[in-house]
Amino acid sequence: MTAKRLHEGGRIDRDQPLGFTWDGMSFRGYAGDSLASALIANNQTVLGRSFKYHRPRGILSAGVEEPNAWVQLGSGGHEEPNVAATVAELYPGLEAHSPNCWPSLEFDLGAVNDRISSLLVPGFYYKTFMNPPKLWPRYERALRRMAGLGTLPGCADGETYDEQNEQTDVLIVGGGPAGIAAALAASRAGARVILAESDREFGGALLFDSAEIDGLPADHWIAQSLSELRANPRVRVLPRTTIFGYYDHNYLVGLERLTDHLPPDARSGKRQRLWQIRARQVITATGAHERPLVFADNDRPGIMLASAARAYLNRYAVAIGRRPVLFTNNDSAYTTALDLSRAGIGGLTIVDCREDPGDVSSKAIDAGIEVITGAVVAGTRGRKRISQVRVEDVPDAKGRASAATREIDCDCLLVSGGWSPVVHLFSQSGGKLHYDEAQACFIPGESPQAVSAAGAGNGNFSLASCLSDGYANGLSTAESCGYPATSEKPPVTSESHSALQLVPLWSVPSSQSGAKQFVDYFNDVTSSGIALAVREGYESVEHLKRYTTTGMGLEQGKTGNINALAALAAETGAHIPEVGTTTYRPPYTPVTFGALAASRTGDLYRPLRKTPIDSWHEQAGAVFENFGLWRRPQYYPRPDLDMTQTVDAEVGAVRNGIGMVDISTLGKIHLAGPDVAEFLNRLYPNRWDTLQPGRCRYGVMTREDGMVFDDGVVARLDANNYHMTTTTGGAAAVYHWMNDLLQNDWPELQVYMTSITTQWAAVAIAGPRSRAFIQQLSHDIDFSHQAFPFMSVAEGQVCGIPSRVFCVSFTGEDSFEVNVPARYGLALWERLLASGNGNSPVPFGLDAMDLLRMEKGHFIIGRDTDGTATLEDLGLQKLIKLDKPQFLGKRSLQLEEIRRSDRPQLVGLVSSTDRVLPEGGQLVEKFQAGQFQRPEGHVTSSGLSPTLRKPIALAMLNGGLRRIGESLEVYSLGQVYPVTVTSPHFYDPESLRLRQTA
Amino acid sequence: MLRIKCPFCGERDHSEFAYGGDATIQYPALDASADEWHDAVFLRENIRGVQFETWHHANGCRMWLIVERDTMTHEIKSVRPAHDGWAAALDSAEESA
Repeated sequence: MTAKRLHEGGRIDRDQPLGFTWDGMSFRGYAGDSLASALIANNQTVLGRSFKYHRPRGILSAGVEEPNAWVQLGSGGHEEPNVAATVAELYPGLEAHSPNCWPSLEFDLGAVNDRISSLLVPGFYYKTFMNPPKLWPRYERALRRMAGLGTLPGCADGETYDEQNEQTDVLIVGGGPAGIAAALAASRAGARVILAESDREFGGALLFDSAEIDGLPADHWIAQSLSELRANPRVRVLPRTTIFGYYDHNYLVGLERLTDHLPPDARSGKRQRLWQIRARQVITATGAHERPLVFADNDRPGIMLASAARAYLNRYAVAIGRRPVLFTNNDSAYTTALDLSRAGIGGLTIVDCREDPGDVSSKAIDAGIEVITGAVVAGTRGRKRISQVRVEDVPDAKGRASAATREIDCDCLLVSGGWSPVVHLFSQSGGKLHYDEAQACFIPGESPQAVSAAGAGNGNFSLASCLSDGYANGLSTAESCGYPATSEKPPVTSESHSALQLVPLWSVPSSQSGAKQFVDYFNDVTSSGIALAVREGYESVEHLKRYTTTGMGLEQGKTGNINALAALAAETGAHIPEVGTTTYRPPYTPVTFGALAASRTGDLYRPLRKTPIDSWHEQAGAVFENFGLWRRPQYYPRPDLDMTQTVDAEVGAVRNGIGMVDISTLGKIHLAGPDVAEFLNRLYPNRWDTLQPGRCRYGVMTREDGMVFDDGVVARLDANNYHMTTTTGGAAAVYHWMNDLLQNDWPELQVYMTSITTQWAAVAIAGPRSRAFIQQLSHDIDFSHQAFPFMSVAEGQVCGIPSRVFCVSFTGEDSFEVNVPARYGLALWERLLASGNGNSPVPFGLDAMDLLRMEKGHFIIGRDTDGTATLEDLGLQKLIKLDKPQFLGKRSLQLEEIRRSDRPQLVGLVSSTDRVLPEGGQLVEKFQAGQFQRPEGHVTSSGLSPTLRKPIALAMLNGGLRRIGESLEVYSLGQVYPVTVTSPHFYDPESLRLRQTA
Repeated sequence: MLRIKCPFCGERDHSEFAYGGDATIQYPALDASADEWHDAVFLRENIRGVQFETWHHANGCRMWLIVERDTMTHEIKSVRPAHDGWAAALDSAEESA
């Protein structure tokens, strides 16, 4: 046993012991423990295997910067992969597992990778596993398994999530001394404040460093400050909340963990809440992360950041070892040594690379600690735990390792390479970073957004400067929001300002060949790996990052990045600020997808639009199909028929008798004003100034590039009023675009538009008997062929309901689209069904509609076209009126390229067999197995025509209009289908059924 | 996530708006060369700095706006209605207010 729980002290509750399991073994911790502190207290040293070399790894840190101890938590619907053990709060019954080792943590077959590591250099899988290419899928599977991190839970998430939007004057990120001081200042001035802290407790470093503030022990000062803040109704205090993203215009997003610290059976309500905060001012009081040092075998379990050892000692009452060695280049590690000594841990040795550390070293020596100055740890021993360090003199100026060596036995090595302010959010805001030479770290500079940094996050590492910096920031941000400063005094501490007195030590040269010096623990990136990448030309920091994957782990290089930059700088002979940093991107820490989705899952994933007639469809047992946001009946099942037979029967009713379909989803736009005709003339390629009141016309909108965009019918109701229909899916886009044209391009036109899609319900009555049927339902509209021919519109009563009726056709049969105010939609449908003396219309769905229109050769924009088809390609060149002075796309439609005769054109296909042709199948003249063939087109719509009793399809075929009658083949997924090219108009190509008298 | 100050509705989240595009496109005369038309229809500047762009307040007043935005900082320097008639109406409303 090396680590042990102390009998007193710390912030754990010894009256609340908690049982938990780690890889199936049962252990005990206390309320207040993190999973990491409880595991250390139970002497669990190896918590995982490293990503690439599968080296045993232990806990390095006590916070979100942890690169090693990522675990899998919980089971079933509460399982979560990739959680840092250092931030997971312990709860009774917690189940945790180590990832990335197979078959077990203790006996890891992948560890052989460490022996063959010369093959696993940066970019190894490009170099080693590329030949022969056909084996790559097998390599990839194996590599993925070896490199696997957490595993996906095998079932749906059993938790629910919340989200909240909030606005505030000042958002303060980080609840350490600087953040608390800032919140006190800003709130006292009267500003609205949000104070967010990742930890469950406020205080930051004060949770493990003793101090006195305003004459009170830090604990009391924190409690007093928090109660002042909580009592202020303009302040919102958010513990367990990580602000992980800083977006434009001071929009920040945070994750509040509401129940993660509770056993699953004790959780109630939402698990996590996503905060979306718009702040006028932001203060990042995000603290700093201690950096490890880079030396040979610096990754053995038992090697830990000095400040983390202090946190485990003082916050969690866990002594990390019995015989620690400390290795530092600055003063802060001495605090840890003194605290350990005070806790009764003897035999402490500090290895300090500085020749003369000054006061701190004499204090340590007075406390009985051995201090070796001008020395470095050049290597370590130990397999599952460090057992010995090799201490050498500081390398000479040429970087050569010295020969003078001393070996010291130990059970842990606590390292401090200096501190990196947490600049992630500041940098995400667009802020520039400055390099602070004295403290060897990047600190916030200027940002285009309203953000300032305070405390250690701003490079002010002493408590006194954190308090004064925080308070001053709080006052100035409040003032810039219009709240003048109050006369209250900032909090003060008796602790004197003390600098780190840091001497940069980026890398300790190794006298042992082959020993690895890790820069990025998570992704197993070593300094020799970085050197190799530089030799291969990856000298830009962004290239280096992607090639070596340094800083790309779950913890995003929080501890390792600056060491990687230093290694790159050393290799390229540049200074660190010249190398620069990679881009900091959200999220700062991993975020669950559940929180991002919040309540938008299942039925709430998106709104479901229902037509006014939907309740009838539902009662009739219709099978629904989602169409955009709408749901529409696909078909109406019949007890004695299967789906195909049912759809065929619905088609038959329309072809031979009468059918009806709910078309309420069609986009509808009312246009009014004296210039509508001119507007339509410019909008569509065909003519609109000749359209008379009472008549309709079909139009296809084209964009300025000449490609079709949407289609529909426009009816002229009277001199200045028009009713336009669009496709169901295109309604919003068309309306948006017409607004664009009227406001941006043609402001001189007097046209007023209103979207009336949901104001009108619409039912199409189609079939050879439809005209006679509708006539008997109306007393004030003359539906005779003479009075109401194809492409007419009339207003009057149908079934006693005020209606707007269009004689148009999508099915190829004589048909009438009856529009009524939405509230009468259901009544219209039911009255139509009740009419006809037993020969009432047969309701049909989208499947029947699709076959009907395909037989007729009507294309659907977006299905048969893909944004590269012109009217000419679709066989509708008669709709292009080049004699009009202007219309959208006019010039483009005259370009030579657009007029080429070998462009893909709409054709029909008839299958030579009885097999239905696959949509998306590729057209070739003659399929040749194993040969590359450029497809000449593809199938866009396909079905078995009930009317023609054979498989038909629409297709886009290069030069198709000239190829009618050719025999081709359709290839899809290993199958070949012989076809004949035909006109797309399979049924009634002359449209006689729409023109002759019934 | 930008905030755009709609002249009709006030400051709103950009989720209420739909981006249009370059507000400065001028189409050439119909008899201009194919190259000129190609450039006008297809080529767009990718400006680093201040640009004028159109935005539609699609989930608001449905007015099209001309927004002057710095693409580097997202600073919005001005917003005005695209339609001159509406701009003039706003101006006179402000004067009489």
